[in-house]
Amino acid sequence: MIEIKNLHKSYQMGKNSLHVLKGINFSVEEGELVAIMGSSGSGKSTLLNILGMLDELDEGSYTLDGVPIKNLNETKAAQYRNKFLGFIFQSFNLINYKTAAENVALPLYYQRVGRKERQEKALKYLEQVGLKEWATHLPSELSGGQKQRVAIARAMAAEPKVLLADEPTGALDSKTSYEVMDLIQKINDQGNTILLVTHEEDIAHMCKRIVHLKDGVIVEDKKVDQVRAEQYV
Amino acid sequence: MLNKDRWKEIIEVLSRNVFRTLATAFGVGWGIFILIILLAAGKGLENGIRADFGDIATNTMFMWSRSTTKAYKGLPKGRRYNFKLEDVQAINDKVPNLRFISPRNQLGGFGGGNNVVRGLKTGAFNVYGDYPEIIKQEPMTITQGRFINHNDIEAKRKVAIIGEGVKNELYDKGEPILGTYIKIQGVNFMVVGSYKKKNNDGDGEEGQKEIFIPFTSFSQAFNMGNNVGWMAITAKDGSSISNLKERIVNVVKENRKIHPEDKRAVGYFDLYEQFNRVESLFGALRWVAYFVGILVLLSGIIGVSNIMLIVIKERTKEIGIRRALGENPWSIKKQILMESIFLTIISGMTGIIFGAAFIYGINAVLDSVGPVDMFVNPSVGIGVVAVALMILIVSGLLAGFIPAQSAIKVRPIEALRTE
Repeated sequence: MIEIKNLHKSYQMGKNSLHVLKGINFSVEEGELVAIMGSSGSGKSTLLNILGMLDELDEGSYTLDGVPIKNLNETKAAQYRNKFLGFIFQSFNLINYKTAAENVALPLYYQRVGRKERQEKALKYLEQVGLKEWATHLPSELSGGQKQRVAIARAMAAEPKVLLADEPTGALDSKTSYEVMDLIQKINDQGNTILLVTHEEDIAHMCKRIVHLKDGVIVEDKKVDQVRAEQYV
Repeated sequence: MLNKDRWKEIIEVLSRNVFRTLATAFGVGWGIFILIILLAAGKGLENGIRADFGDIATNTMFMWSRSTTKAYKGLPKGRRYNFKLEDVQAINDKVPNLRFISPRNQLGGFGGGNNVVRGLKTGAFNVYGDYPEIIKQEPMTITQGRFINHNDIEAKRKVAIIGEGVKNELYDKGEPILGTYIKIQGVNFMVVGSYKKKNNDGDGEEGQKEIFIPFTSFSQAFNMGNNVGWMAITAKDGSSISNLKERIVNVVKENRKIHPEDKRAVGYFDLYEQFNRVESLFGALRWVAYFVGILVLLSGIIGVSNIMLIVIKERTKEIGIRRALGENPWSIKKQILMESIFLTIISGMTGIIFGAAFIYGINAVLDSVGPVDMFVNPSVGIGVVAVALMILIVSGLLAGFIPAQSAIKVRPIEALRTE
């Protein structure tokens, strides 16, 4: 599903060049649930941004579902993001003047899906995250966990190939975190590929595979026995 | 364009900060308001001055004879001459695109003595010998009876059409005038009609004290032979008398044996040129109105642009999210542009409505206090409104352009980083 070869990325900080990713080789199969771990500054967010086509790579190659991701203009990148990727952010990033259902329907809107179909799908995905009754509420009327679940529903709405989650539980207490992880695990059980950046050990162990990043290189890449979040909920 | 979600979003964005939106809208509305008022004021002045010209055929010149200033073909300089009826025919034959050529003769005027008598009453009036066409060049309203017709000309009938002012001096109030006789320099003429001119300038009084009689009767009764005192010549619509006058004067010079370079022998007055001079003044006024109006509008537009930039700044994160979700940059640009155009058009239309209401109010006041000199019915046509609307759309686009450009420059990753 994801194929990365010899990925390099550096940022220009004034006169100094900051080499963040120093040759990453990494691939993800369909249906995997991968945690990317690392301390801050290890380059994990940069990696996720590059995977999410939010940032460009300097060197190396990136293939997503057989499509080489290279030299995209903004229109093409937007199109690919919409088609291939679903984003889940630490700070939820819901659009706060749109209702939960409207937020979920947003990626479909960009796909020019008809209004009625959009609404139906949005409700379907909200139901999946257990928030159907909250469809007409604004994000400000929802709790943190609920917001993240709306965000997950939104990420799922466009039926992307890969879900990218950047510290999805970072802003939540542990009980809510486990609820969200339970949801992510269930989505993964349906066969969706999910990449998750975190620095929390317990969250990472709820994934099927953990990739450790340190100073821009992968130091460890291991399969783990998944801890089901269900038992903590 | 007719996308419900897009419109919903535009309304949502603009209504999020109502006061700010209103303040911005005021800038644009005010600009259009000023533009409309200025144009209407210019139009009012124009209407006022046009009303002074009245219905006079403005594409007209008047031509009269003077003394020659150059000797020519054995004739001395300083010679008096008269236009002849042949000249009228010659002009008609040689100069195209003329609508009317009215030869005229005149008695009295310029403070002349009493020349008209009716019973015991006498008066000093201008008496004109005219062809029927003159009523189209110098419009007047026939209040009773009729004007001169071609039968009068053919038969040299001694009939007269008198002005309302003449009627007031020679007749008692309510006395019938049709069929009565007046004596002009000892010759009896039958009154067959009366007229009224609607000139309201200083000559208004004078204009009502004229008597019109058939040209041929005039010539015969007052021994004019085939002399013509002066001519009123009107060009056809679409060709200007100013361009034809040279040829007309040359025809007369040739006929009357006047030196071709004698510039003073033929006197003329080109009404059209005067009228055009006034027209170009209106043009300049309109230009000033547009100039000032658009400058005022410009400051409003800069305001809109500014606010849109702030809105974008506020929405940086939202734009980032939307791009992460796969919104096309063009779609974002379109959104910003539409917000800007929507804001300018709505506020501009409000300005136009207020402007129209203001003009309506002015007109109501003008109507109630009676006519004001040189200012009649200030108004703006639907054409001006259309132009204003075009200006608004263009300026909305301009106002939105820079913000929209900066919106799509926002890289999603940076936008999402702003916390």
